[in-house]
Amino acid sequence: MTSLYSRFCNSSIGRKWIVALTGLALIAYVIGHMIGNLQIFMGRERINAYAETLHSMGPLLWAVRAFLLAAFVVHIVVTIQLTAENRRARPERYSVKEERRAGAASKSMIISGLIVLSFVVYHLLHFTTNTTNPEFKVLEDAKGRHDVYAMVIHGFQNPLVAWFYITGMFLLCLHLSHGFQSFLQTIGANSKKTAPVFDAGSRLLAWFIFAGYTAIPAAVLLHLLHT
Amino acid sequence: MNNGLDSKIPGGPLEKKWSKHKFDSKLINPANRRKYEIVIVGSGLAGGAAAATLGELGYRVKCFCYQDSPRRAHSIAAQGGINAAKNYQNDGDSVFRLFYDTIKGGDFRSREANVYRLAEVSANIIDQCVAQGVPFAREYGGLLANRSFGGAQVSRTFYARGQTGQQLLLGVYAALSKQIAAGNVRMHPRTEMLDLVLVDGHAKGIVTRDMVTGEIASHAGDAVLLATGGYGNVFYLSTNAKGCNVTATYRAHKKGAYFANPCFTQIHPTCIPVTGEYQSKLTLMSESLRNDGRVWAPKAKGDKRPPAQIPEEERDYYLERKYPSFGNLAPRDISSRAAKEACDDGRGVGPGGLGVYLDFADAIKRLSEPVIRERYGNLFDMYHKITSEDAYKTPMRIYPAVHYTMGGLWVDYNLMSNVPGLHVLGEANFSDHGANRLGASALMQGLADGYFVIPATIGNYLATQTGKRPPPDHAEFKKAEEDVLARIKKLLNINGKRTVDSFHRELGLLMWDKCGMARNDAGLKEALNRIKEIREEFWVNVKAPGANEELNQALEKAGRVADFLEFGELMCLDALDRKESCGGHFREEHQTPDGEALRDDENFAYVSAWERTDGTPVQHKEPLVFENVHLAQRSYK
Amino acid sequence: MNFKLRVWRQENPKSEGRFANYEAPDIPSDASFLEMLDIVNEGLILKGDSPIAFDHDCREGICGMCSLVINGTPHGPEKATTTCQLYMRHFRDGQTIHIEPFRAKAFPVIRDLVVNRAAFDRIQQAGGFITARAGSAPDGNAVPIAKPAADLAMDAAACIGCGACVAACPNSSAMLFVGAKVSHLGLLPQGQPERMRRVLNMVKTMDNEGFGNCTNHYECEAVCPAEISVAFIARMNRDYAIASVRESVE
Ligand SMILES: Cc1cc2nc3c(=O)[nH]c(=O)nc-3n(C[C@H](O)[C@H](O)[C@H](O)COP(=O)(O)OP(=O)(O)OC[C@H]3O[C@@H](n4cnc5c(N)ncnc54)[C@H](O)[C@@H]3O)c2cc1C
Ligand code: HEM
Ligand code: FES
Repeated sequence: MTSLYSRFCNSSIGRKWIVALTGLALIAYVIGHMIGNLQIFMGRERINAYAETLHSMGPLLWAVRAFLLAAFVVHIVVTIQLTAENRRARPERYSVKEERRAGAASKSMIISGLIVLSFVVYHLLHFTTNTTNPEFKVLEDAKGRHDVYAMVIHGFQNPLVAWFYITGMFLLCLHLSHGFQSFLQTIGANSKKTAPVFDAGSRLLAWFIFAGYTAIPAAVLLHLLHT
Repeated sequence: MNNGLDSKIPGGPLEKKWSKHKFDSKLINPANRRKYEIVIVGSGLAGGAAAATLGELGYRVKCFCYQDSPRRAHSIAAQGGINAAKNYQNDGDSVFRLFYDTIKGGDFRSREANVYRLAEVSANIIDQCVAQGVPFAREYGGLLANRSFGGAQVSRTFYARGQTGQQLLLGVYAALSKQIAAGNVRMHPRTEMLDLVLVDGHAKGIVTRDMVTGEIASHAGDAVLLATGGYGNVFYLSTNAKGCNVTATYRAHKKGAYFANPCFTQIHPTCIPVTGEYQSKLTLMSESLRNDGRVWAPKAKGDKRPPAQIPEEERDYYLERKYPSFGNLAPRDISSRAAKEACDDGRGVGPGGLGVYLDFADAIKRLSEPVIRERYGNLFDMYHKITSEDAYKTPMRIYPAVHYTMGGLWVDYNLMSNVPGLHVLGEANFSDHGANRLGASALMQGLADGYFVIPATIGNYLATQTGKRPPPDHAEFKKAEEDVLARIKKLLNINGKRTVDSFHRELGLLMWDKCGMARNDAGLKEALNRIKEIREEFWVNVKAPGANEELNQALEKAGRVADFLEFGELMCLDALDRKESCGGHFREEHQTPDGEALRDDENFAYVSAWERTDGTPVQHKEPLVFENVHLAQRSYK
Repeated sequence: MNFKLRVWRQENPKSEGRFANYEAPDIPSDASFLEMLDIVNEGLILKGDSPIAFDHDCREGICGMCSLVINGTPHGPEKATTTCQLYMRHFRDGQTIHIEPFRAKAFPVIRDLVVNRAAFDRIQQAGGFITARAGSAPDGNAVPIAKPAADLAMDAAACIGCGACVAACPNSSAMLFVGAKVSHLGLLPQGQPERMRRVLNMVKTMDNEGFGNCTNHYECEAVCPAEISVAFIARMNRDYAIASVRESVE
C-alpha cells in the first residue's frame, strides 16, 4: 500500500487524479447543493423543511461535511503544490509567448479556485455560522424552525452581498468550464472523438450551475422573491 | 588473394553460404563477452541495431553520434519502405528473386554472396521489427500490408505511412535505450569521431571531439564499427541531413582502410527542384508518387507556357515513350538521366529550366481527388509547404537530386575492412548495392548488418584478440589526439575571407556538374584540377571563427568540408578509371546508340578499392564473379 | 524581403543570456527559416562576429532536431510545421521576429538557441521499449493486429521527439511526449507484457527530470508538428492509475 500511496501522492499523474477525484466530489456537492437551494422557489415551507431534514441527520451530516471539507482541503493543497512546481519548471520565462489553445479558464484555475475559496469562507460565515450576520440566527418560521427562506432573502437584499455571490458563482463557472472536461481527461475518459463533446459539455454544465445558483440572488434583487 | 583483398566468401552453394558461415564462425563464450569493449560510431539503423544487439549479447559497447540523440540519425528520413522476401502477397516473390532483382538493379557490380545473404535475412528483419512494435501498415484483416516500390514487379515493400525510416529507427532506438539503461551500452551523443586509431596495424579505438565542450578524447576498444552513413553531402545539395559527412570513413581511409567504388552515387529522380543559391538542402518526394503520377516535359524547347496551357499532343511523356514496359516506374538511375536529358535539351520547366512535371491529373480523373489525397496527402502537403504550389491543381515540378551513396569502405563477408578490427556497416560500406541501389533496400541492409550479420561475424575477429585492447592513454592515442587538435587549431587560425559554406557550395556545384548524373573524361580531369585549387584556397582563406572549447558549428563544418575536399578527388579518380557506364555511373563516352548505359563486363566487372596511406591513391581490384546469375544488359524497355 | 531579428544569445549553460538585434536584409521569400538564419550567420562570420548557434539536421521535418520559439510559438506560426519547414513567405516584409530557445528547467540552454533535450532519452530508457531479442521474433504475421489499433498506434508513434510540447506548455510538462510513447507501445499486442511497468517507470523518470505537471491546457497539441493528440495523455493517465493499483494488489 505504501507504493500505491506514493504512486498517487508523489507523482504528477497521481496527484492529477487526486485533484480530479476531489474535484468530482466537489462538483457533485455543488450540483446537489444547487438543487437543494433551488427549492426556495417552491416556497418557505419547502425550503425550511428541507433545511430541517438536513439538520436532523446529525452524524450523517457531519460525516458528509467532514468528507467535503477533506476533499476541499486536499484539492486546494494539491493544486497549490502542483502550481508551484509548474512555476519552477520554467525558471526563465519567455519574453514573447503566444497561446494557441489555452484560454482564460484554463490559465486562471488557481485564481478562480482561490477566489472561490474566499467565497466559500464568506458563504459559511454568512449563511452557515451566521458570524457575519448574527441576527439571522434568531429568524424562526411559524413552525418554530430556523427560517432559512427569510435568511436568504434578507441576505441578498443587500446588493453588495448579492453581487459578491454572483461574482463568486461566475468564477466557479469559469473554474468548471475548464475543470469538468479536465476531469474527464485526467481520468482517461477522453479520446479524439469525445474531445469536442466533452469540451462543449463542460461549458454547458458550468453555465447551468451558474444559472442555477445566480437565479436566487438575481430573483431577490429583482424582487421576484420576497419575505 | 590480390593485394590483401580477401573477400572471405564461404564456399559451397549460394543458399548454404550464410548458414555454413555462421556455423563456422567463432563464438565468444557468454561469460567472456563482457571483457570485450566495442566502439560503434553511428546510431542509425546499422549502428544502432548493432549496438543494441551486441549489448544484448553481453558485449560492452560504446556508441557515438553527432546528433543530440541517437534517435535522430538520418535513417529517420526514409519515407518509402523496406523490402523483404516474405512473399506474403503470394505474388511470386522469393529470396532468390529479391537477390536477383538487387544484383540486376545494381547493374552487376555487387557480390553475389553478400546480396544473397541480405535477401535471406530480410524476412527476419520484418519479424524483428514487428516484435519491437514498429507500426507497419496493415490490412483490415490485421495482416501486414505491402506495396510495390521502385518498379519492382512484386509487392514486397513494408511501410509505415510516409515515415518508414523513422519508425524503424525508433524501434532500433528503443532497443538501444533498453541496453543503455541496462548499462551495456554507453551512449555518447553530440560527439564526433575525428580519427581512427591503429595499434600494431589493428583498429583499436577512435578519437572524438565533444561538440559541446570541445574536449578531445580517446576511446579504446577491441574492435571498431563504423556505421556513419553516406557521403552524399560532398555535393553540398543532397537529400541527406546537413550533418552527414565522410569524415569518419575518410579518416579511416587515411589510416589504411580501402575506399571502394566511391564514384557510385545514386541520384533520386523525384526531388523538389533547386530554387536559389541560398538553398541548403534538397527534399525528396517519395518515389511512390511515380505509381500514379506521369512524368512529362514539353516537346518544344524553351516552352514557357504554364503546364495547363500545354496541350496533350505537345507533351512528351518521355518515360512512357522510352520505356514502355516500365514507364513511369523505370529505376532511379534511368529516370534521373532521362530528366536530365530533357532539361539539357532545353525542355526543362520552372525557374532555371531544371525541372520536369510529375502530373496527377489523369490519376485524379481516374481515382478521384480524395483517393489521391489518401495515398499521398502528406507528400502533397510537404510540396505545398516548400513551393506554395497546389499539386492537386497543377503538376508538381521535380528534378533529380543526390540521395544515396553505394560506394563506401571496402569490407569482406564478415563486414570487416582490410584494416583488422575495423568493421563497416550500413550505407558506410560498399557491399550490397553495386552501382545502383533499389528503392527500399537501404533500410533492409542497415538492419541486416546491425541485427543479424555483425553479431554473427564479429566473433571471428574478437576470438583472436583476447586481452589485446590497449589502454586509452597508449602512445598511438596520444599521437592521434595531438594530430586532431593540431588540425583544429590550424582551421581556426586561418582566419581568411570566405565562409566554410561558400567553399562547400563551390565544391558541390563542381561535383554535380562533372561527377554527377553524367561524367566524361575531360570533365573529370578538369574537376580533379579544380578540386585541388579549391582545396588549396580553403586552407589559406577559410574563416572558421571562435574557439575549440565551445559549441562551434562553424568549426564542425570546416572539418567536414576539409575532408570532402580531399574525398571529392577520390570520387573523380574512381569515375575516371571506370571507363564504362553502369548504374548511377554514366560515362558519356560509353553509351548505346539510343543513349542507354553501356556496361563493359569484360574489363570492369570489379570492385575498385582505393588505398591511400600517404599521398597518391593506389587502386586494388576485387574481381566480381557471377556463378548464379547471368550477366545481362539491364533493360527496362 | 527584410526582417529585424531579436535573438537570444547565450555563450554557455552558465553564462547570462541576453537578446541581440540583427538585420536580415534581402532574404528570398522561398528561403526556409533556417536558411534565413544561415544567411544571417554568413554575414556575422564575415564581420568577425560569432554566428547564432541553432540545432538542425534533416531539414525536412522528421528528425526533430530543429527547435526555436518564433514570435512566441515553438516552431513558429504555421500549423503542423517544424522550423526547418517554415518558409519566410509566411512573414511580413519588415517584420520583427523574436527568436528564443525552447525554455524549460528540464531543457537547459547549451548555447544561444541550442538546448539539451537528453531528458527525453532518459525517459525512453526508463521503459520506452518492447523487449525483443534479435533472432527470437515470431513471424511478422503471427499476431494479426486490427487496422484501427495499428493506425492509432501509428498516430502515437509519429512523434518526432522535438520537445515543442514542453516548450509550448505553460507548465513545461512533457506529458504529450510521454503519452505518445506509452500509447504507441501500449496499443500493440506485443507491448502488453511490459505495459504496466513501462508507464510507471517512464512517468517516474519524467517527474524526476523536472518537467511540470499537465493541467490540460492542450497547448502542446496545438503546436505539435506531428499533430499528436492529447487523447494519448488521457490514455496514459488511465494506464498509470490501473498500473498503480495493480502493482499494489498483485
Ligand atoms: C530522404 C531519404 C529517403 C530515403 N528513403 C529510403 C527508403 O524509403 N527506403 C530505403 O531502404 N532507404 C531509403 N533511404 C536510404 C536510407 O535511409 C539510408 O541509406 C540508411 O538509413 C542509412 O543508414 P545508416 O545506419 O547506414 O546511416 P545513418 O542513419 O545515416 O546514420 C549515421 C550515423 O552515424 C553518425 N555519424 C556520422 N558521422 C559521424 C562522425 N563523424 N562521428 C560520430 N558519428 C557520426 C550519425 O550521427 C548517425 O548516427 C533514404 C535516404 C534519404 C536521405
Ligand atoms: C466548489 C469548489 C470547487 C470545485 C467544484 C472544483 C472543481 C475542480 C475540478 C473538477 C477540477 C478539474 C480536475 C482535473 O484537472 O482533473 C479542478 C481543478 C482545479 N482546481 Fe478546483 N474546484 C473547486 C475549488 C477549488 C479551489 C478552492 C481551488 C483553490 C486552490 C481550486 C483550484 C484548482 C486548480 C488550480 C485546478 C487545476 C488543476 C488542473 O486543471 O489540473 N479549486 N477543480
Ligand atoms: S531539422 Fe529535422 S525536423 Fe527540422
